[in-house]
Amino acid sequence: MNVANEKMVHDLLKPIGYGKGFLIWMSFLTVALIACLYAYTIQLKVGLGVTGLRDYVSWGIYIANFVFFVATSLIGMLISAVLGLTQIKWASPLARIAEIISLAFAAVAGLVIISDMGRPDRFTYLFLYGRIQSPIIWDVTVVTTYVVISTLLLYLPMIPDIALCRDRLTHVPKWQRKLYEILAVNWQNNEQQQRIIRQGVKTLLILIIPVALAIHTVTSWLFAVTHRPGWDSTIFGPYFVTGAFVSGTAAVIIAMYVFRKIYHLEQYITFDLFDKVGKLLVLVSLVYLYFNINEYLVPVYKMKHADAAHLHELFQGRFAILYWSVQLGGLLVPIILLLFKPMRKPLPLFVVAIFVIIGAWFKRYLIVIPTMQHPFLPIQNVPIEYQIYKPTLIEVAITIAPIILVLMIITILSKTFPVLPVQEVESHEDN
Amino acid sequence: MQQLALWSGGTVLAGGAVASALHYEHKKKGAAHIKEIADHVHQLKINEEALSELQRRGREGIPGKRWIWVIDLAKCKNARRCMSACQQAHHLRPEQSHMNVLVMQASEHTPAYYMPKPCQHCDNPPCVSVCPVDATFKRQDGVVLIDNQRCIGCRFCIAACPYNARMFNWIEPLYAKEDANMEYNVELNLPQRKGTITKCLMSADRLREGKLPYCVSACPNGVYWFGDENEDVVTNGTTHETMRLSELLEKNGAYQLMPELGTKPRVYYLPPKDRSMPVKEEDKKIANEYVHHFES
Repeated sequence: MNVANEKMVHDLLKPIGYGKGFLIWMSFLTVALIACLYAYTIQLKVGLGVTGLRDYVSWGIYIANFVFFVATSLIGMLISAVLGLTQIKWASPLARIAEIISLAFAAVAGLVIISDMGRPDRFTYLFLYGRIQSPIIWDVTVVTTYVVISTLLLYLPMIPDIALCRDRLTHVPKWQRKLYEILAVNWQNNEQQQRIIRQGVKTLLILIIPVALAIHTVTSWLFAVTHRPGWDSTIFGPYFVTGAFVSGTAAVIIAMYVFRKIYHLEQYITFDLFDKVGKLLVLVSLVYLYFNINEYLVPVYKMKHADAAHLHELFQGRFAILYWSVQLGGLLVPIILLLFKPMRKPLPLFVVAIFVIIGAWFKRYLIVIPTMQHPFLPIQNVPIEYQIYKPTLIEVAITIAPIILVLMIITILSKTFPVLPVQEVESHEDN
Repeated sequence: MQQLALWSGGTVLAGGAVASALHYEHKKKGAAHIKEIADHVHQLKINEEALSELQRRGREGIPGKRWIWVIDLAKCKNARRCMSACQQAHHLRPEQSHMNVLVMQASEHTPAYYMPKPCQHCDNPPCVSVCPVDATFKRQDGVVLIDNQRCIGCRFCIAACPYNARMFNWIEPLYAKEDANMEYNVELNLPQRKGTITKCLMSADRLREGKLPYCVSACPNGVYWFGDENEDVVTNGTTHETMRLSELLEKNGAYQLMPELGTKPRVYYLPPKDRSMPVKEEDKKIANEYVHHFES
């Protein structure tokens, strides 16, 4: 290994370890998480009545959050598998960040759905009495599969790097050294081992594409299999999948920016990389825009009785401000801005990505709630809180809890393993 | 070799999925058959065995019957006795209406009318299709029930039902304390349980006793006809007059609620023609708001 390489390995391994900043950040997250869990204990005791949910809008921000989580978790498939298998070299240093995000969001998505259950104590019934005809069972099956494959896809390519940690990081605590030793599974970097990993990863990369498509397609079917205006759509599968790539790419950009700043990786997460991911965000946003046009313009043209009420509420009614903010601020304006090269520099791109990801969350809100607000039959003979959905403070806290959990998982993973794959960066530098 | 393993693994998985789906459908049809085997082979542990006797017969239904409901909109005066009788029978809160009398109006210049709306007990019930744990089910006599000892509270059925026929126990039910020691009767859905669904049951407990549903008997205005499709006979809950079902439907130009959705409701409506009482002015306003809500 030459001097340049030596410096690179040093730089990439440097962020590892649990310093003061890490402890402060994690304590902050822990306190916040405990507060949110306290809210959940109230919900457990009193019932889902502590939320703004009622018989008409019976799915609210928990389900919107679930859809957002599953969506964001799809990014690993796009970056590692789609770009990886098609040999798009510039993306390979980002594969690990994408996989960490995927794993964190997919693993926590399962918890999000439990917070929405009226009887979480009966969670095991899904396995004991599961009916394979119900999309919920499909969802549980594919999300679990996706978590397993994502874990493997994060772990397998990381083994050489873990071995590097095992060999280089001699100053870390004993348990951590032990951890590296176990996870490195006696990696000696010989040809046979390299071949096994190469083949294993390739198999996983192929497997994860249909599974990732399945998780979000099935999630969209939770809505599309119903008769309700706004959900009764045949393009919901691809509409959700393409939307997923938008929020996932934005999440990767945010992570890239934060890791670059805090872990001092300016030399490795380059301007060029931001420029290229910026272009990727434009591409996936354009595809999503295309699906949005299909999803809204076609029913608007016909104005079928039930659709009309829904669309009026979105375009000029109660949800109009949110709808236009999301469609313009979270999709159209970012596309236009990112067409200009200066906007694809790290800081502007980071800011745009934050708008995009917030827009992505509220887009899920707009998919779930307004439809339930407009059933086929009139809402009568119920109190006002049954007619209009307003999330409560407890509900918001319970929604924030999984986001905190995701941040914790990402923080721990990125402080235990190098966030950039050493080998990939190495071959990049050589080019 | 690896590819072969992958393919065969995939095939086994897909085959397993199809087989278990077929098995379930078969089980649904052959529920009685399974019971027979279970009776003979006591060692055999089958889900059905774990259910209480009330649960078992509640899931099976009443053999030979196909319950049917006819609601005459021309007779409804919005007395709402049906609603209160139902709430009383099932220990519901005032905002929970298995039977809900709505003021309806189709469009600007069509008249407003009162429409009692129970669960439509669809023959192709979307709620049953989506239930992940077989908590809500369709019986052989046509009734759609909910088993609140099984329900996990995911509320997918609420999302799937186009008729808003389902309610949830968002907090502790009204008589949770009083009903605590009651044995669960799936045909009455009592005791109600927090975190589970409740819905119109066609008064399955009354049907078992050979009586008319609570709401049907409570109506003072002769709105409801109830009976057995197999016998082609329906009885009026108020007058106890009996009629041929086919004749009643034919003569009055009966229709169903949103049949275009393919849900195949077991409830028929007779049009609100020659109504015995006009719709109140304030109710007209409510109905009109609803029209404008769609047409604004």
